[in-house]
Amino acid sequence: MIRRSPFTFAPWLLAGPGALFFFGLVILPLCLTVILSFHAYDHSKGIQDTFTLSHYAAVVTDEYYLSIFLRTLRISALTTLICAAIGVPEAYILSRMRDPWRSVFLLVIIGPLLVSVVVRAFGWSMLLGSQGILNQALHLLGLPSAKILYTETAIVIALVHVMLPFMVIPVWTALQKLDPMVEAAAWTLGASRFTALRRIVMPQVSLGVLSGSLIVFGLSASAFAVPALLGGRRLKMAATLVYDEYLQELNWPLGAAIAIIVLVANLCIMLAYNRMIEVRARRTLG
Amino acid sequence: MAFLNLEQVSKDFGPVTAVCNVSLGIEKGEFVSLLGPSGCGKTTTLQMIAGLVEPSGGRISLDGRDITYEKPNRRGLGVVFQSYALFPHMTVAENVAFGLEMRRVPRSERNERVREALSLVQLASFADRYPRQLSGGQRQRVAIARALVISPPVLLLDEPLSNLDAKLREEMQFELRRIQRKVGTTTIMVTHDQAEALSISDRVVVMEAGRMTQVDAPYRLYEQPSNAFISSFVGKTNLLAGKWRRNGASAYVEIKGISLEAPIADLSDAAPVMLSIRPEKILLREPGAGRLDGRVTNRFFLGSQWLFTIETVAGTMTVAIPNQGGDPPLEGSAVGLDWTLTNLRVIPDTANL
Ligand SMILES: Nc1ncnc2c1ncn2[C@@H]1O[C@H](COP(=O)(O)OP(=O)(O)O)[C@@H](O)[C@H]1O
Ligand SMILES: [Mg+2]
Repeated sequence: MIRRSPFTFAPWLLAGPGALFFFGLVILPLCLTVILSFHAYDHSKGIQDTFTLSHYAAVVTDEYYLSIFLRTLRISALTTLICAAIGVPEAYILSRMRDPWRSVFLLVIIGPLLVSVVVRAFGWSMLLGSQGILNQALHLLGLPSAKILYTETAIVIALVHVMLPFMVIPVWTALQKLDPMVEAAAWTLGASRFTALRRIVMPQVSLGVLSGSLIVFGLSASAFAVPALLGGRRLKMAATLVYDEYLQELNWPLGAAIAIIVLVANLCIMLAYNRMIEVRARRTLG
Repeated sequence: MAFLNLEQVSKDFGPVTAVCNVSLGIEKGEFVSLLGPSGCGKTTTLQMIAGLVEPSGGRISLDGRDITYEKPNRRGLGVVFQSYALFPHMTVAENVAFGLEMRRVPRSERNERVREALSLVQLASFADRYPRQLSGGQRQRVAIARALVISPPVLLLDEPLSNLDAKLREEMQFELRRIQRKVGTTTIMVTHDQAEALSISDRVVVMEAGRMTQVDAPYRLYEQPSNAFISSFVGKTNLLAGKWRRNGASAYVEIKGISLEAPIADLSDAAPVMLSIRPEKILLREPGAGRLDGRVTNRFFLGSQWLFTIETVAGTMTVAIPNQGGDPPLEGSAVGLDWTLTNLRVIPDTANL
């Protein structure tokens, strides 16, 4: 038997490096950003050492910023919805596959994660551009060309492609925990395949869908590479807006204020969503 | 034709033959057990009847209707799964009501039937609990209620008691039999526990490696096992290998240089056989007064009986003697073993042919 001393160092030593990293790379920059967002800014003299709320006031009263926030919300919600619509059936089919195929297709789904988002965004811009493969194909068929690149559609398509694994994997994990005989039991009681899916399987993977959609929504709302490359200069989302404020306008305090607002908004939406669904699911699934 | 009929039913999983040419007729109201060691194809057979596994060959018919390839949701059979497979996100009452809901039974009738089914399994006060709030025995009864509430023509049970501890299992055996008697549903139960199969079934089907080897009433199965595997799998037995010899109107078996009188059997001279005799059919006598002499090497007290291990020239034998309150032979003492000839079974030894 190991005798436990009243104070053991092992847990602290093990948790230490992680906590240090978290503090140094997340908490500290976040605090600095919050502080920065309250600094005044002057176009000729740069950042001033005086306290102001003007950046926040400017952001919440300006149509321009609000429209970008709204677009970010719209695109993220749509991406999440489409990811769920594609990812849940995909995960179900995956979980019902026999073994060599299951591993192969799991790799196919996770594989894209190994390729940089920038590379994939460029891939989409080549496909969707005015001289891209899609428009060439439409041209060959004698159809009018479609303008997709630099629209919200292009951003959503690419985001769905990037985010799909983050939906499939949690749902697949939830399905793995399901007793396959539970579905069979529903069939023997007279349920069709579809009814069994809707009434028996879906409610039990709802927590997987919940965590998947939280990840997808959060990552979409803060996505940078995809909107930057497929949205063009004018179609901005929250992250590209912050980038512009920092590096084009050089108005760091305003950029910081926008970043904090996006963070808080994102947090509120996700917490509310989480509460709404989790409370219901936890009550029945335990 | 029987109510539920299996004709030459087989199932191959790739190169593995899980079930091979099973033919079985089950009458209405019967309680039949499929008994066999793990991996012998019991679950596969049951799932073919339920429609969850498609047979590779053969025919299954229910009440004259061919259901071999019918979808499980159109067969209307009640199935209790080994893992119970309750719906974890539904209450007990919702679980039981599910099958009625699928049949579009009106709500008021549905509530009434759910209540009846739950009181049949003595769980009326648990209607609003979730499965995770129930013990193993209660979950099992919910599964039975859920399967019975749809009034299925046949109830299929896959090792329904194997997840329960010994005492509860015994109680549930009687419970299961009581429910089946009361409802009168034709029932097929899969089990690997011979005592369970013997105690509650009308007939027992023994399966070995995907084949059906004997179908009989429990007591006949016990008294007249058709091969050496069954005689040792169903209850305990002493098996002695030897050569069968005919001698005019009588017969004997040569075992390691001695001969024991044996019943007449339809065998050729010098055929290799197994002599089988149950431990409780052997009587202890004074040395020299029985058919075979031996020496007690071990004795175990089991409360209702004594169990002896006795070393004889023919081999080690197990003997069970009811506890009459007296003092039985000590370890090391010499005894004689005796039995009635009709209790000795001669089984052709196919393994040594
Ligand atoms: N889905 C399956 N795929 C491949 N082999 C299977 C499958 N189901 C069962 N088997 C094989 O069939 C045989 C019988 O299985 P099963 O019917 O489950 O046995 P039991 O219920 O008697 O323990 C076993 O050898 C098992 O490995
Ligand atoms: Mg089994």
